[in-house]
Amino acid sequence: MSAPAIEILGLTKDYPVGFWRPKMRRSLDNLSFEVREGEVFGFLGPNGAGKTTTMKLLMGLIFPTSGTARIRGRSIDDIGMHTEIGYLPEQPYFYDYLTARELLNYYAQFSNYSASERRERVEKNLERVGLSAAGDVQLRNFSKGMLQRVGIAQAILHDPPVVILDEPMSGLDPVGRREVRDIILDLRKQGRTVFFSTHILSDAEMLCDRVAVLASGKLQGVGAPREVVTLQAQAMEILIETREGRALPAALAGQSTRIGPRTRITVPEQQLYSVLEELRGCEARILSVSPVHPTLEDYFFTLVGGSAPQRGLEEISR
Amino acid sequence: MSATIGPVAVNTFREAVRDRVLYNLVLFALLMIGAAILVGQVSIGIEQLVIVNLGLTAISLFGLVMSIFIGVGLVYKEIERRTLYSLLAKPIHRWQFLVGKYAGLLLTLGVNTAFMTLGLAAAFFFVGGRVARADVSILVAIYFILLEFALVTALALFFSCFSSPMLSTLFTLGIYITGVFANDIHEVGEFTQNAAVLWLTRAIYFVIPNFHNLNAIAAAGHKEAIPLSLIWQNTLYAVLYATLLLIAAAAVFSRRNLK
Repeated sequence: MSAPAIEILGLTKDYPVGFWRPKMRRSLDNLSFEVREGEVFGFLGPNGAGKTTTMKLLMGLIFPTSGTARIRGRSIDDIGMHTEIGYLPEQPYFYDYLTARELLNYYAQFSNYSASERRERVEKNLERVGLSAAGDVQLRNFSKGMLQRVGIAQAILHDPPVVILDEPMSGLDPVGRREVRDIILDLRKQGRTVFFSTHILSDAEMLCDRVAVLASGKLQGVGAPREVVTLQAQAMEILIETREGRALPAALAGQSTRIGPRTRITVPEQQLYSVLEELRGCEARILSVSPVHPTLEDYFFTLVGGSAPQRGLEEISR
Repeated sequence: MSATIGPVAVNTFREAVRDRVLYNLVLFALLMIGAAILVGQVSIGIEQLVIVNLGLTAISLFGLVMSIFIGVGLVYKEIERRTLYSLLAKPIHRWQFLVGKYAGLLLTLGVNTAFMTLGLAAAFFFVGGRVARADVSILVAIYFILLEFALVTALALFFSCFSSPMLSTLFTLGIYITGVFANDIHEVGEFTQNAAVLWLTRAIYFVIPNFHNLNAIAAAGHKEAIPLSLIWQNTLYAVLYATLLLIAAAAVFSRRNLK
């Protein structure tokens, strides 16, 4: 059996806070999970949950207080492992005096390609992120969305088997988000592993084979989006058509929404049968009855309980 | 190894050029033209001496300002702007990044100095200078200035690995000024009867880089021959000292958490 694409083993990160007599604050607490080869894996959590810290630890930009991680079986301390990963930092910023074409050519030089191979890859990836026409524009003139796309292009420039994207949809308009989603799906089709963080939960629901949810530096759950969502359906949605001249009972009117000739009523699950009785009484035609499934968003808010992310951070006295 | 250091160095050079750092050459050219015209009118018989002194001092000052002010931002800017994040995601060691940045700034300073040397030569010929064998000392003085830049840049880079540009500038400038007076400080210590002062002045003399020995401007102005032994000694000294500083910088930077 091949090694997992990413294996995180008890990663913990403490940061000193304060100048005089700094106290240590834990931003990541004994994090362990793995990302399998070829899957699109979403890393979910609110701002300050520890997603970026985890990714920076994987990339060797910061060092763990304890624990370790492996990418495709190789330690994250092994620089050679970086040939196998592509990384998009959060809110990427690049050398703004370079053009997009020059920047990609610069990064391609670290992958030992010949000049002609570099040119070919640069053009291919500029086209892939829709920036061919803007290739000779200096990055200081790029919008946030265009910078994000350059960031994705540099991350996948050398066709890495593992792609780590920190908030790839952040700052993008709906068209840009869709393009990034398409790129991620395309990468999966090519058999690459994509590990991306987001707090836009609908993106994760749409793209991910599995997700991990992080809150206050602690892992809350790992699994398929539907497995992770453990909330029970708590409401039912009834779609009806009322007969002419027959009004809905006053008690239901407040819970209903009129959509053309139809009416949608959302009621608590335990009231379903009594409401159906009432509807039969007023000769309404019942078109459908369906449970309202909680979304990852609902799960997410239930999980963090609406608390500020910092609240759960533990202070460790030394 | 050079496959990773080279691109970083070239990119650092390109940044300096695109940020119009080399525009200082225009100022230098204007200074030399003005000086050449003025010196021709007010000094009798010492035009070449004045031009050589003025030109070499300007080359040294312009380069020092560049090496300190660009040097202290070499690493700091990359961390602050987070341009380093995507770079370090490539197969490149942090020490290779440092050496690349260092080499890039030295390349910039070298090109800058080469152009300024041409400007000095033009002014020299304008005031009637003729090339003589003794004038080789001018080139040696310029070579020593380059060694000085190599040391100052290494100092600035070292400090920029762990402190802010303002503090790095203060530290680098402080050490540079102390280093210029290294021999005087040493002599003061030898005259004193106080053991603590003697220990301190000796420590400064041996630890702080000695910039006094790298100053050959006066000798070049007076067409004095500079001994070959001094050239070797200074070269070895600057290379060793800069290497030690780069090793220390790499040691500090390789374990630094990037915020």
